[in-house]
Amino acid sequence: MGFAAKYDVLVVGGGNAALCAAIAARRAGASVLVLEAADKFYRGGNTRHTRNMRCAHDAATDTLSGPYPEEEFWDDLQRVTQGQTDEALARHMIARSKDMLAWMPEQGVRFQPSLGGTLSLGRTNSFFMGGGRAMLNALYRTAEALGVDIRYEAEVTSLDIEDGMFLSATFGTETVRAATLVAAAGGFESNIEWLKQYWGDAADNFLIRGTRNNRGTVLRMLLDSDVAEVGDPTQCHAVAIDARAPKFDGGIITRLDCVIFGIVVNKNAERFYDEGEDIWPKRYAIWGRLVAGQPDQIGYIVFDASVLNMFMPSLYPPIVGATIEELAGKLGLDPARLAQTVTTFNAAVRPGTFDDKILDDCRTEGIAPPKSHWARRIENAPFYAYPVRPGITFTYLGTRVTREARIVMRDGKPSANMYAAGEIMAGNVLGQGYAAGIGMTIGAVFGRIAGGEAARHARN
Amino acid sequence: MLATERAGSRPGAHASQILTEADRLMTICNSCRYCEGLCAVFPAMEMRTSFRDGDLNYLANLCHSCGACYYDCQFSPPHEFDVNVPRVLAAVRADSYRAYAWPRALAPLFDRNGLAVSIIAALSVAVFIAGFVGWHDPKVLFGVHIGEGAFYRLMPHNAMVALFGGVFLFALVALALGLRNFWRDIAAPSASPIDFARAGHDAATLRYLDGGGAGCHNENEKPDDRRRVYHHATFYGFMLCFASTSVATLYHYALGRVAPYPWYDLPVLLGSLGGIGLLVGPAGLLMQKWARDEELRDEPRAGMDVAFLAMLFLTSLTGFALLFLRATPAMGTMLALHLGVVFALFLTMPYGKFVHGLYRYAALLRYARERRVMSEKS
Repeated sequence: MGFAAKYDVLVVGGGNAALCAAIAARRAGASVLVLEAADKFYRGGNTRHTRNMRCAHDAATDTLSGPYPEEEFWDDLQRVTQGQTDEALARHMIARSKDMLAWMPEQGVRFQPSLGGTLSLGRTNSFFMGGGRAMLNALYRTAEALGVDIRYEAEVTSLDIEDGMFLSATFGTETVRAATLVAAAGGFESNIEWLKQYWGDAADNFLIRGTRNNRGTVLRMLLDSDVAEVGDPTQCHAVAIDARAPKFDGGIITRLDCVIFGIVVNKNAERFYDEGEDIWPKRYAIWGRLVAGQPDQIGYIVFDASVLNMFMPSLYPPIVGATIEELAGKLGLDPARLAQTVTTFNAAVRPGTFDDKILDDCRTEGIAPPKSHWARRIENAPFYAYPVRPGITFTYLGTRVTREARIVMRDGKPSANMYAAGEIMAGNVLGQGYAAGIGMTIGAVFGRIAGGEAARHARN
Repeated sequence: MLATERAGSRPGAHASQILTEADRLMTICNSCRYCEGLCAVFPAMEMRTSFRDGDLNYLANLCHSCGACYYDCQFSPPHEFDVNVPRVLAAVRADSYRAYAWPRALAPLFDRNGLAVSIIAALSVAVFIAGFVGWHDPKVLFGVHIGEGAFYRLMPHNAMVALFGGVFLFALVALALGLRNFWRDIAAPSASPIDFARAGHDAATLRYLDGGGAGCHNENEKPDDRRRVYHHATFYGFMLCFASTSVATLYHYALGRVAPYPWYDLPVLLGSLGGIGLLVGPAGLLMQKWARDEELRDEPRAGMDVAFLAMLFLTSLTGFALLFLRATPAMGTMLALHLGVVFALFLTMPYGKFVHGLYRYAALLRYARERRVMSEKS
């Protein structure tokens, strides 16, 4: 089919949501074109960095260690979003997530037996065999085998939309018409200029954990075409990651989970938050925002030799000093001030029984901020530090949608022929917070719905 | 300080640059772990937080080079983290054969192995032809010899046994001592019978060549199982040929039945069946090797693989030539060719790709034990 020809369904994006939409639409008999902005290696947006997917299920399976009822999923979602979610839409997604455990393998995706590990997700989350890129490869193979047309390095630069009706999309020098549009092109976390609208110059110091292609181009064009927006534009999933990580695409391996074993200081060598507030990974996702609020958006996790082997070694080696002063020198911090911070902290530590599996009774007294748990003196040389910066995973601002994944216009009416799936509409369900694997659930469930609905609409 | 350091690199002494690179990759893989369901390498890696040379050699010999982790990895090239586990472990693996070779003096045979094996093969064939000519009237070489003991008119049976028995024994000793060096360096403690059985099953089925279930990758991200099929043909072809030789030896000494045997007799049937495997398997593996994604190839060490596959293929080809031409004046030449190739194959076995089978099994044995001990603990 030539590109001048008209497709039934045009899918913009190339990740989990896009491919689920393309496959569902093609299986429903539609002609489908996928336009992916990235090249073949970087295809798939943030999906390439994911690992698992959270689906409701009523009984244990080969790959899940126990049931995860819809109600429990809903409770978890409510807790992480603190009520910032569209209940009807969220409950609809959770109900439809049950089918995905069978549907995904039908598209060639393989799950692996649940692993003990540190994440404790064996009951709730299904892990992709080989990770997110393996899962994507499977979806692409299936889509290609079904006859879905796929174009790489095809960033859509303009959309022709009239009164909420999609007509055509332009990429490069080509324009393609289609009866329906499925927008599945992700958020805008790689668009530093856009982030600066909310974060100011601090955004220059953010590291983007995922692909550099998530620039929000399609989201911007939709919002500029009177599509209703949803979600808080300042909300994003941000964790503290190794400051030495690359600007883009450092992925999962740049994370550091040793905050609870030491103290965290800013560039003034001062502590700024309770490092022992709660157990990892519960408070894992708060540190990105905390570091983003510090001068120059940099922090340092400082610990001593006694805890070095208590967490997984990470991608880059820790910075080491024989004394606190030497360590401070290597970090570019004022040696006297860091020494003072450590001395003050050490003096405030009260005796207790250390246990990193529970909220133990090792805590400080008489300092602000306190360290509520796992507080132990930093006194055994050599001393270590990891520099950390905010690592942005994805943004929450998106397009409002209906249960049918149909885009809602600013006047409240559903668009005639536009659908959205994945990160671009995740804000409908995730107003704030995050639960592991839920991004994949939103993408797969709404992708499948969007593809099926778009195909039906196009062929009517 | 905030300049991007080489991701995953950390100070530590390793015997070579490629081992240092393998350490870097294992450090990265250990902080990701997405591949842990694909094969034995990653769960074995997770049992460690730092990697000695012996650990890296163990992991490298556990790797079947199925390529799945390369295509599944979000950090494989062109990503700047440059994670290419199959290629780096292939290089470590090839170097490990040299590191453990016995006697040490012959270890250099692994450098430019393809060249070394071809020279040894050519010389062996030449020596057999010269021997046949020098031993007898040159006319014997081109004479027609049929019936019982036909081969031995060219070379006395006892001379054949002494020569091949000698080289075979040498190969066995050299292989065993090399394997012992490897086993000691991977710090392998004693294994139980169940570990031997599990490792045997995993080796015989090529369990870890399946990319965690989807199949082996070779040309691209679409898996297929051709390499596994050709490897099976090669391995079982070799075993059938070995069985054929063993049966013939029994015939000779226990039953007093002297070669050549008719085509329908067990040694010829086993040998022919195995021979077909050794034509199809190595040829297929060579084709797969040339079709392999360049990113997965370990080009500098590829000569060793090609040489070994070529030797297996030639062993079979010359064997069939001998079978079909044994009643003609070409028999003498074919016998010299076949014996020359087989002699060179035996002689070079401890110094070429053949050792990978032994090291792989030893690594699988180590893994079977590790896994059992871990599950008994939990």
